[in-house]
Amino acid sequence: MHNHGKPLTRSPKLIRTLLTALIAGFALATFAASPAVADEVGTDEYNFIFSGNVTYQGNPLEDVLIIVEGGGYSAEVETGADGRWRVGVPTKDVYDITLVESTLPEGVIVSDEGSDRITLTDRGATIEAEFGLTGNKTVNFFLGQGERVTVPFIDQFIERLVNGLNFGLMLALASIGLSLIYGTTGISNFAHAEMVTFGAVITLTFGVHLAFPMWIAIPLAVVLSGLFGWFQDVGLWKPLRRRGLSIVQMMIVSIGLSLMLRYVYQFFYGGSTHQLPNPGSARIDGLGPIVISPTSLISMGVAIVVIVLVAYWLTYTRTGKATRAISDNASLAAATGIDVDRVVRIIWVLGSSLAGLSGILWAYFRPGIKWDMGWQILLLIFAAVVLGGLGTAYGALVGSIIVGLLVEISTLWIPSDIKYVSALTILIVVLLFRPQGILGRRERIG
Amino acid sequence: MDFGFILGQTLSSLLMPETIAYAIAALGLAVHFGYGGLLNFGQAGFMAIGGYGYAISILSFGFPWWAGILVGMVASVIFALIMGLPALRLRADYLAIATIAVAEVVRLLFQSTIFDNYTNSADGLGNYHTSFREANPFPPGRYGFGPWQWSQDELWNRVFGLVVLALCVLLVWALMRSPWGRVVRGIREDEDAVRSLGKNVFAYKLQVLIVGGMLGTLGGVVMVLGSAVVPGNYLPSLTFYLWTILLLGGAATIFGPLAGSLIFWGLMSFLSVFLPALSTVGVLPFSPAQSGVLRYVFVGLALMLIVIYRPQGIFGSKKELTFNAR
Repeated sequence: MHNHGKPLTRSPKLIRTLLTALIAGFALATFAASPAVADEVGTDEYNFIFSGNVTYQGNPLEDVLIIVEGGGYSAEVETGADGRWRVGVPTKDVYDITLVESTLPEGVIVSDEGSDRITLTDRGATIEAEFGLTGNKTVNFFLGQGERVTVPFIDQFIERLVNGLNFGLMLALASIGLSLIYGTTGISNFAHAEMVTFGAVITLTFGVHLAFPMWIAIPLAVVLSGLFGWFQDVGLWKPLRRRGLSIVQMMIVSIGLSLMLRYVYQFFYGGSTHQLPNPGSARIDGLGPIVISPTSLISMGVAIVVIVLVAYWLTYTRTGKATRAISDNASLAAATGIDVDRVVRIIWVLGSSLAGLSGILWAYFRPGIKWDMGWQILLLIFAAVVLGGLGTAYGALVGSIIVGLLVEISTLWIPSDIKYVSALTILIVVLLFRPQGILGRRERIG
Repeated sequence: MDFGFILGQTLSSLLMPETIAYAIAALGLAVHFGYGGLLNFGQAGFMAIGGYGYAISILSFGFPWWAGILVGMVASVIFALIMGLPALRLRADYLAIATIAVAEVVRLLFQSTIFDNYTNSADGLGNYHTSFREANPFPPGRYGFGPWQWSQDELWNRVFGLVVLALCVLLVWALMRSPWGRVVRGIREDEDAVRSLGKNVFAYKLQVLIVGGMLGTLGGVVMVLGSAVVPGNYLPSLTFYLWTILLLGGAATIFGPLAGSLIFWGLMSFLSVFLPALSTVGVLPFSPAQSGVLRYVFVGLALMLIVIYRPQGIFGSKKELTFNAR
């Protein structure tokens, strides 16, 4: 992205910085006493307040759109006649504050010179901001003259395509597990979301809190995820199968388990977002229009290798074949001498290890670790599984890639705050016209 | 520890608008699942339609309050048709996933910045109370005694909510002992048998979805009458709480949802003050904020235990157990 036109010189910028800081400080001091002049959103409900002042060459700019997003919250505000804005936010979190450039006057853009805190997107300029010791934070954008050169559509498309593929592969790890568990036990396991979160929070515990090196923490988290799955089958699902609970009852039990685990995570890790070391925002050069960071590349590589291994295991090994036999017809499989309980237990271990790994990749993709991070993508996982055909592992892979690409690429046309709507709509449409999914068989839907 | 305060909080929560609203919405779920055997996991969507239908018609179109409720009801019928036409042909667990997805689409659209002029996106809507309060028959003043003391507006919210609840209970009771109710229960027990009697099973299911959805919508209206409409209130968790309430009281009962809601909110408010108080005096070894989270862990645990050990709920009978239908 280039900043054509007259570049800003150093000294006026410095003066402007000082001036803006002064004005903002003054504004904050007077706000309490006088009735609000600037446009305010959520300042009465919440104690943490972002504020700022949008001016260009000393003149306030009215009706400039500012978007504050973070911690699952988002708000919009337009600057008042005096160029000021204030937004209250619920938590002391890290927020992305975006100035929408299309609402600036013609020929005025946000200057990103000399500041690496600003990222420019097609929506506008975004500053990542967090609160210091107080509940107030001033965020100001520096405006300059110029025209924004937009990224060509094809480059944007390629960037979304790569992102979508990455997201889809990550979803695939989770949905293959969900699909295998559904195939062998008939449970629509809502607590699968919490197994995704489990991988991430265990990585956080070992990699950050206990300061293990990441190359130990991540495999350890995957192993512990598998153990968690084994424990769930032994402690909960097998006894419930013995009790003869119906599929619907088990589904509701999994919803209860999901609710419980989610709040157990919040109990231990709090409501805020945690970061893993080296989230890796750098990009690899020399790939032309493809924008990708080393972390994303490694993440995609790991996902592909694991998926190929699982596919090999399902197709060629004895247990893998037994798994598919059980998914096809459990009683027939049992009659041919397959130990169904044993295979189901292996599937629980495998499925939750895959989910845990997917959670770790999701932590890097979002980026960040939060108590409900798995829950945020559960419906996408279900969408992927249903799209490919419930109970078929390969279908889950195909479905995940489609959902991942769809979610990312659709943001070229629709606002990103409803990007999941496209995937959920696909879920509903597939259920309407082809409930057995792409690779499923008609008889499965009974 | 101030036991008087804790007791007061618990008792006052029994007559909160939320308690009444959850009871109405859970009664809707009883129609869906308890009587009709439909696994609707999108009740939060119906409640959102009620809340937003009411608030938007007052704020954006200047309707009086009763017209706002009517708009919500009409919108919920349309929503039930949109949800039901594809979803009702599905098997039980597919239906659950589809209804959650539909409700989430509704929530995301209300929360999105696209319709900001009407929905105020993530901030939600407030200050639509004037019309409803003008209809308040109670003169200004303080009413009630002990833990139940309200202003005239708070009293009006509660009285209106209770009247709606009573009418809904009456409606469901009358419907379920009518021939229509017998057909609906028949569908729950054995769809094919009812079909063989020449009944249009699909049409009946759609009617069940509409009736229960309208109750969900009314619950949504009652919940926001005195407060605000915030999209974050309509997460799938809301539906799960309603399910916990329903299964706690008994799915195929008239008064189960009401009893479930009283127990749920009584316990939740009790724990919301009791657990932090315990950790403040040092009985529980963690922070008050953490102990506030703990009660949601109990909700999840309770849901699991009810479904495993007493699927018919406190007041239900084993004969009317819907889980084994399919």
